[in-house]
Amino acid sequence: MQPLLSVSHISLAYDTPEGRQEIVTDFSMALEKGHIGCLLGASGCGKTTILRAIAGFEPLQAGEIRLGTALLSSSGFLVEPEHRNVGMMFQDYALFPHLTVEKNIAFGLRRRDRREQEHRVRQLLELVGLETVAKRYPHELSGGQQQRVALARALAPEPDLLLLDEPFSNLDIDTRERLAFEVRDILKETGHTALLVTHNQAEAFAIADRIGVMRHGAIVQWDTPYGLHNHPANEFVADFVRREALMAQRAQAYLRGEGS
Amino acid sequence: MASTTEPLPLQASHSGTQRPRPWLEAGWGWRAGAALIAICVAAPVATLVWLAGMGDAGHWSHLIRYVLPEALTNTILLLAGVGVLVASLGTGAAWLVTAYTFPTSRILSWALLLPLAVPTYIVAFAYLDVLHPIGPVQSLIRNLLGYASPRDFRLPDLRSMTGAIFLLGFVLYPYVYLSTRVMFATQAANLIEAGRILGLSSRGVFLRVALPLARPAIIVGLSLALLETLNDIGASEFLGVQTLTVSIYSTWITRSDLAGAAQIALAMLGLVVVLIMAERRGRRRQRYSNTQRMRPMQARRLEGGPALLAMALGWLPIVVGFVVPVMYLASETAKHLHLTGGVSEQLWQSGLNTVRISLLATIVVVLCGLIVTWAARGARPGRPARIAGLCARASTMGYALPGTVLAIALLTPINGLDHALSWLRQSLTGMSPGLILMGSSTALIAAYTIRFLAISIGSLESGLARIPPSLEQASRLLGESPTGTFRRVHLPLLRPAIGASALLVFVDTMKELPATLLLRPVNFDTLATWLYAEAARGTYEEGAVAALAIVLAGLLPVILLARHQLKSGH
Amino acid sequence: MHVKPSRMTLLRAFAAAGLTFLAAGANATEVNLYTTREPKLIQPLLDDFTQDTGIKVNTVFIKDGLLERVKAEGEKSPADVLMAVDIGNLVDLVQGGVTQAVSSKTLEDVIPANLRDPEGQWYALSLRDRIAYVAKDLDINTLTYESFADPKWKGKVCIRSGQHPYNTGLISAMIAHDGLEATEKWLRGVKANLARKAAGGDRDVARDILGGICDVGIANAYYVGHMKNAQPGTDARKWGDAIKVIRPTFQNGKSRGTHVNISGASVAKHAPHKAEAIQLLEYLVSEKAQSKYANANYEYPVRAGVKLDPVVASFGPLVVDPLPLAEIAKNRKLASQLVDKVGFDN
Repeated sequence: MQPLLSVSHISLAYDTPEGRQEIVTDFSMALEKGHIGCLLGASGCGKTTILRAIAGFEPLQAGEIRLGTALLSSSGFLVEPEHRNVGMMFQDYALFPHLTVEKNIAFGLRRRDRREQEHRVRQLLELVGLETVAKRYPHELSGGQQQRVALARALAPEPDLLLLDEPFSNLDIDTRERLAFEVRDILKETGHTALLVTHNQAEAFAIADRIGVMRHGAIVQWDTPYGLHNHPANEFVADFVRREALMAQRAQAYLRGEGS
Repeated sequence: MASTTEPLPLQASHSGTQRPRPWLEAGWGWRAGAALIAICVAAPVATLVWLAGMGDAGHWSHLIRYVLPEALTNTILLLAGVGVLVASLGTGAAWLVTAYTFPTSRILSWALLLPLAVPTYIVAFAYLDVLHPIGPVQSLIRNLLGYASPRDFRLPDLRSMTGAIFLLGFVLYPYVYLSTRVMFATQAANLIEAGRILGLSSRGVFLRVALPLARPAIIVGLSLALLETLNDIGASEFLGVQTLTVSIYSTWITRSDLAGAAQIALAMLGLVVVLIMAERRGRRRQRYSNTQRMRPMQARRLEGGPALLAMALGWLPIVVGFVVPVMYLASETAKHLHLTGGVSEQLWQSGLNTVRISLLATIVVVLCGLIVTWAARGARPGRPARIAGLCARASTMGYALPGTVLAIALLTPINGLDHALSWLRQSLTGMSPGLILMGSSTALIAAYTIRFLAISIGSLESGLARIPPSLEQASRLLGESPTGTFRRVHLPLLRPAIGASALLVFVDTMKELPATLLLRPVNFDTLATWLYAEAARGTYEEGAVAALAIVLAGLLPVILLARHQLKSGH
Repeated sequence: MHVKPSRMTLLRAFAAAGLTFLAAGANATEVNLYTTREPKLIQPLLDDFTQDTGIKVNTVFIKDGLLERVKAEGEKSPADVLMAVDIGNLVDLVQGGVTQAVSSKTLEDVIPANLRDPEGQWYALSLRDRIAYVAKDLDINTLTYESFADPKWKGKVCIRSGQHPYNTGLISAMIAHDGLEATEKWLRGVKANLARKAAGGDRDVARDILGGICDVGIANAYYVGHMKNAQPGTDARKWGDAIKVIRPTFQNGKSRGTHVNISGASVAKHAPHKAEAIQLLEYLVSEKAQSKYANANYEYPVRAGVKLDPVVASFGPLVVDPLPLAEIAKNRKLASQLVDKVGFDN
């Protein structure tokens, strides 16, 4: 089956006063519909830049990004972010401080009529469990609540793909884990395809179906969490994946009735 | 896996852009607008250069030998002195009011803005009377010390560099106070609390955390205050300090040497460029887009002795910069009203004129500021937006020109435009309408815009910088175009910055004197020009009425600004 | 979005309001006066003129830059009469090419030759003698200008900025009388005698004398008229009562005259109402107007035989320094440069 997201042989570079800096060269990956993927790596490995390119914020120097058969980016060609039907969750939540939770969620629904908008907003509030705080402002909510609003907002216009840019880094450890599982549940329920980018392997293992361990702009191993743990491709991956944390994650998943 | 040719149901549109524009850059329409505005601001400067070039070398050498060195030294000393005073007063006051709670601290937080309503020439004029040997202060001191006549005991004369630094400092500190306080109130919380937890004393927290954090805000406020100092003509003139601005005036008025005045003005411009460059450099290294949650800092409660000290320190600048001058003006006005029984029709008319033209100018200035600031986003070397960035810097220049020189420099281009329009109208309709622009307020509005665009740009730029890039990214991914994002995300979030700059511009246009005197239409008086006319006649008591009116009218925007500060700051 | 449209409407409304600022067009029975004189001073005179002749006067008050303004307006300038204070300014207007020569028997009869332009480009309308304010209890009755540099006055002299036209006028006169070198020496001497910075206005000299800062000063006479005629109890009255007036003369002056400056007027080069302009000038030197100048403004009338205000009369008769003002005006640039060279205002 054709993958939903295909990133083929892309190269990304920045222009700095010192000259061109290559971030990623000849990078490829693919994501099936309904799957949750993850790019896992230390900061500076290029994962965020790749995410931004998929979102349409960075032009490609080479290669292609496609959503289905539609070409989103190639060298010299770029579909504007607002036309990509891609959603995103941000590390700093990026909620509009001047709008209520409701209005935030409804932000991307301008094209629809009032009734439809209200219905959809209610739907999403239920989905993320925030019906009671609909009229509050972002600064009145906790970090976890804010991030759930962000999820609802991103999902509201029914995007084809959801991108997550280290969305849990600003939360405390307990909230982080809990929320990671919740987000996975929600995404599996709605059937959305998503790509997460993070340096925290506990999050990666909690959320993703497929994880690509990255290093210096390239994927070292692309596999399921189980696969990464039991059959690490090399020392680097093995070191990166810590055994104890994996056990805890898997135990949780097993207890919730999921396979590996 | 068989690959199907069946396209997956997608909603992404297929329209893309060739040669995609770099992220965060505004469209060409914005940039064209910015360029136009920058040209309009730069035109007077170009005229100045041309005028300066027309002067003879002989006079230039005279200026260099006898006038410039003294004027330059005085100006630099004045700037340094005022700078130090303004930075300490402003930052200290902002810190006092944000980090601590004590009786009256809430009132203080907005009251500290009050001196903004008092123009520099009015404060000088007031204190020359108040601190005169036969004025109330020295009379009181003599009484206490037992001296009968001022010939037996006198304090040093206020007419000196020290006096000027003192007066200007106490009336211009609100610029630094304003920007620094916003910074402390919204950005500092997390870091400051981290500092406290790490065991830093209050002073340590202030010096090692708050101060470095506030540096961009201090620099912004400082540059505005110093530019205001450079432009001041009234206070320097009354106090006998021969600054560059005073020299420009005397060169032009008494020697009727426009070329010479233009030459000194260019020298001043050089100073301003240095100032502005230093300010930009100081700000560039700072990232002030705070991705943390914005919440107010926890203020520490003070009681007893420290509380009294805090109150004294906090109220001192207000007393000096506002209460004393206003009380003086009020008493003089009362005396005058008691003597003559009323206010003249002219005064009422002047007041109305002032409000009307200031409102108009404010709208124009804020709009232009928005265009220029938005167009300059993403300005980086090698990008087309870099030119827009330069436009923004160029548009800031107008603030450097002293009002009178700006007015003279404007006369030529506006006159050219006028004659062109008149010719056009004549050839189209056969009518000779006279001078439209000169007869209307257009020239004056143009002058105000050129002079005060910097306020709008500075405020909007830092307001824009406070909006995290991720907000814009989120909006775009939710389907909103760049212009739509500007409308729905940036504009609402910029409202405080727009409001703040609008108020500052309004107050400044009301107080403006030199350009207004020259460029106003026939029989059109503002409060400021009326006041100066009265002072020129030598009837200070009547002038006090106009001065009080200026201050009172200027109070309203200050109070609105203060209330707004209170709301957003807490 | 609800923000932008309302702003647009507001902008349009104000643009419309702005158009109402347009100046009225030129009309038959009127004359346009551009003046640097404060409106309050001359308004009564102008009102009388309108009443007597039916000609409306439109006044524009321009504190600085009268020449630049008229020049910039060019041929289309509506200015008819240019009124200014200080001989230097009047001469600048002529040299700036914005005036025209007019002749009028009335003007030539009334105004002495040394107080008008030989070609008729400017005419004096009132005299402003520059005199000495002296502390009331000081026992002196005569002074020369030159004596202000005498070391006996060290720390006792008050005066306004040396660059001010009133002072550069005096210095120009001194250059004409005593020569450049002697004048420079004199200026240095006066600077050494200053009790405080050369700043402020003429009335501040009286105030500072009262305040004990200085004992003597140089200022214009008509302010004394204002001050001594002010209501008792006002500051102005107190200051006026603290001083007495001495009319200084020049050391080498043959006729022992006092330096005067003038307020005067010219007819603008492209005046649309030339006849009315001359009428206005002639009116201003009439007996009626001149006595208004004398009594309302305490200036010295240029017309002889006009009744003076009692306070002004108490200063004694004014003997005008016979040096032609046109001569004095030639030294203005030198005088100003001298002030810079000596650093008088620093």
